[in-house]
Amino acid sequence: MGILDSKVPKGPLAAKWTQHKNDINLVNPANKRNIDIIVVGTGLAGGSAAATLAELGYNVKTFCYQDSPRRAHSIAAQGGINAAKNYQGDGDSAYRLFYDTIKGGDYRSREANVYRLAEESANIIDQCVAQGVPFAREYGGLLDNRSFGGVLVSRTFYAKGQTGQQLLLGAYSAMNRQINRGKIQSFNRHEMMDMVLVDGKARGIIARDLVTGKIERHSAHAVVLATGGYGNVFFLSTNAMGSNVMAAWRAHRRGAFFANPCFTQIHPTCIPVSGDHQSKLTLMSESLRNDGRIWVPKRKDDAIAIREGKLKPIQLKEEDRDYYLERRYPAFGNLVPRDVASRAAKERCDAGFGVNKTGEAVYLDFASAIQRYGEEEALTHGIKNADDKEITRLGKKVIEAKYGNLFQMYEKIVDENPYETPMMIYPAVHYTMGGLWVDYNLQTTIEGCYCAGEANFSDHGANRLGASALMQGLADGYFVLPYTIGDYLSKDIRTGAIPTDSPEFDAAEKAVQDRLDKLMAGSGQHSVDFYHKKLGKIMWDKCGMARNAEHLQEAIDEISALRADFWANVKIPGKADGMNQELEKAGRVADFLELGELFAKDALTRNESCGGHFREEYQTAEGEALRDDENFKFVSAWEYKGEPKDAVLHKEELNYENIELKTRSYK
Amino acid sequence: MKLNLKIWRQKDANAKGELVTYPIKGIEGDMSFLEMLDVLNEELINKGDEPVQFDHDCREGICGACSLQINGEPHGPDRLVTTCQLHMRKFNDGDTIVIEPFRATAFPVINDLIVDRSSFDRIQQAGGYISVNTSGNTVDANATPINKHAADEAMDAATCIGCGACVAACKNASAMLFTSAKVSQFALLPQGQVEAVDRVQNMVRQMDLEGFGNCTNTGACEIECPKGISLENIARMNREYLSATTKG
Ligand SMILES: Cc1cc2nc3c(=O)[nH]c(=O)nc-3n(C[C@H](O)[C@H](O)[C@H](O)COP(=O)(O)OP(=O)(O)OC[C@H]3O[C@@H](n4cnc5c(N)ncnc54)[C@H](O)[C@@H]3O)c2cc1C
Ligand code: SF4
Ligand code: FES
Repeated sequence: MGILDSKVPKGPLAAKWTQHKNDINLVNPANKRNIDIIVVGTGLAGGSAAATLAELGYNVKTFCYQDSPRRAHSIAAQGGINAAKNYQGDGDSAYRLFYDTIKGGDYRSREANVYRLAEESANIIDQCVAQGVPFAREYGGLLDNRSFGGVLVSRTFYAKGQTGQQLLLGAYSAMNRQINRGKIQSFNRHEMMDMVLVDGKARGIIARDLVTGKIERHSAHAVVLATGGYGNVFFLSTNAMGSNVMAAWRAHRRGAFFANPCFTQIHPTCIPVSGDHQSKLTLMSESLRNDGRIWVPKRKDDAIAIREGKLKPIQLKEEDRDYYLERRYPAFGNLVPRDVASRAAKERCDAGFGVNKTGEAVYLDFASAIQRYGEEEALTHGIKNADDKEITRLGKKVIEAKYGNLFQMYEKIVDENPYETPMMIYPAVHYTMGGLWVDYNLQTTIEGCYCAGEANFSDHGANRLGASALMQGLADGYFVLPYTIGDYLSKDIRTGAIPTDSPEFDAAEKAVQDRLDKLMAGSGQHSVDFYHKKLGKIMWDKCGMARNAEHLQEAIDEISALRADFWANVKIPGKADGMNQELEKAGRVADFLELGELFAKDALTRNESCGGHFREEYQTAEGEALRDDENFKFVSAWEYKGEPKDAVLHKEELNYENIELKTRSYK
Repeated sequence: MKLNLKIWRQKDANAKGELVTYPIKGIEGDMSFLEMLDVLNEELINKGDEPVQFDHDCREGICGACSLQINGEPHGPDRLVTTCQLHMRKFNDGDTIVIEPFRATAFPVINDLIVDRSSFDRIQQAGGYISVNTSGNTVDANATPINKHAADEAMDAATCIGCGACVAACKNASAMLFTSAKVSQFALLPQGQVEAVDRVQNMVRQMDLEGFGNCTNTGACEIECPKGISLENIARMNREYLSATTKG
């Protein structure tokens, strides 16, 4: 131990970041011109970092696997972004945002990082508005807010249901400005395949041009990875199809520790799986839980009749329905945090009360909201003696104004009208809190290799609250990294350009080429998806919403066997020297097959339940998560030693100096 | 369902392409169009053939990566959806479906159904931004109130996903709807005013340089746009352009 120096500055919590910024070395503007930085990933974290670094004067090269930075997965975020602006005067403050985030993360994140995040959050909104991001406004012309996921203040800024899209387009436009000025060179349809270390420092990457298949060398004084999360290890998730762990995993193999891989967020309100052909899952915004009531039938035979299509949900009387969240958590009801809501749905379905064909769905019902709003509307509009039909009509109009686009999306996918019959939902893999270990400066355990956004581990602990990932990505990219990286680069002003014809680059390129050749040489039994789906099933069944030691051990063994089979028998048609989407997928799945095993191993060593990690052996009599602060108040950071089974665990103890550790209760 | 697919196959940008016929069975109504292609590809791979390559990523109708001309229509027969959100229940057993890449001079084919839409990026780089430092030293966001109606309209324009269906739908392969959406977003916001004159001129110039055709007000773009971007944006851009050029 002891290798993990978090470099958290000394001093009082609220002064740490300011003090740190005052203390770190700066690079003279004239010298920044001589320094190159590679940014892999152009989502919120990478896009904002690239634009700001270029603005500061560094030469930036960006990489993304899509055809344009504008298509990074951040584009899909719906709900909103938090910021402690206290515009609503409801008592919000940086401290409160900090507190909620630490508590929501079940006390498994680093205090100093989270406080800095809360502190910078207000800047993000100012920055984005200045860039022309069209946030929602009130009639007086000021910014509008809503509340989200179990917090007691209204601090979420949003742009309809497309907040991620608008924030990303903001960062993309900031990038475009720098591309136009010649300060960013943007390499689209390029995939980072490996990282190059010279004298122990990250000095470049090996990338593959996905159109020509050409292997390229790119050097820089520092490398920033902002490559997003690895939820696709489950095959089915709400992530974009191309989301992967490759860049982070390649860095891990080169010496970057991988932290808390088993911390995965399962989102409770997704459209359930409809069949074997399914390629991905669609999220229904959490805001629906503000009005929708979640239930399953009270009696098993009713559930069976519904599954067989003999009974319709609307035929079931109120007293025959089990509103299990309201029953179990009277204080928060349907608005309990994501991990709690997800587990409760699984518990009911496992017990045989699921409502779709596969028995893996619960209802999200708007009937009583429609009734309530309808009555309210009738009253406020002075409509006397409104009959049931009229009330329903008025109520539906209110629901439509609030959630119309989501209802439409549901209807397109499921082919059922959610105004008439309750929606079916089920939890799905959504976000990964684990990622590369970084210190307070966002540097990994490889010198000169930085990591930002969902790809790092630092701010969300064991659970992520709504609207906080966008905040973290932009805080890292616009406001944290551009400062902290300067401290490192100030030592490089005399280094000069990094040559790419060195033995280190030769070796890394050869390693990449060998790996591609090996993939292409598979004996040709099964497609890449065949393996990816198998991996996903093991992950979901044995490392999913609930885990136990026996299943985790099985998962480790099964994944390891699957990996061996993959390398021997995968079938990739076509050639490596041109566009080949199967080869792209294969490279990503190969890394998932290693990460998946480390994931299970991490879950097996953490003998407690916290946030998104629920070990069945560690629960209270009422089935709630049982955390063990005595023994597990640490970040697990894994060092690569060959096979995942040989990975070595390092612990970063977490110190809570400003917050008292409490049991999370939503009863 | 049993279907008869006629799919454009083209090895690379320089190769000659052709439509190849693939019969397929076992397609279910609740598959998305791209999942139907996944099924086909799995079959092709298992037979040792090369799968059909197509662009996609989010499969949620928001990233703008998916494209496809389906029976002559960009993103297929359904309104206000992208190809990834189009479901097979819109088709009937026994249908023949013709699947081609988006066609436009400014969108050269890269491989099979994949086209190069980087011309869209270059139009944005020519001025689709507000020149503000990313320093965090900006004024408080509420210092400039913005009329809610204007903010909502800016938001509607800003929802363009850059998919290119408007270009593919247009008989002149014009990029006016796409370009005007960005111009409108900034024209409607106070932050965008300062550079308005240069922005519209630079973006229109780049659009022309990329080889997009002229707009002749046919309106096919609006009909095929998955995000309902309205023709009003084109009118607004024309006004902006006119006033920019007369101002000098
Ligand atoms: C459906 C959905 C809704 C969400 N809603 C919200 C919300 O309302 N609020 C909220 O706060 N969060 C939300 N989230 C979470 C949030 O969107 C993400 O956590 C966040 O956007 C991640 O940003 P990022 O910049 O870290 O990574 P990403 O946006 O995932 O970007 C990754 C980038 O890395 C690139 N890349 C990856 N691998 C490589 C490689 N090997 N080589 C080259 N490039 C590579 C990609 O091309 C891409 O540019 C949501 C997520 C989903 C899936
Ligand atoms: S205007 Fe519509 S069709 Fe054109 S690129 Fe934008 S979203 Fe696509
Ligand atoms: S795949 Fe993203 S819009 Fe269709």
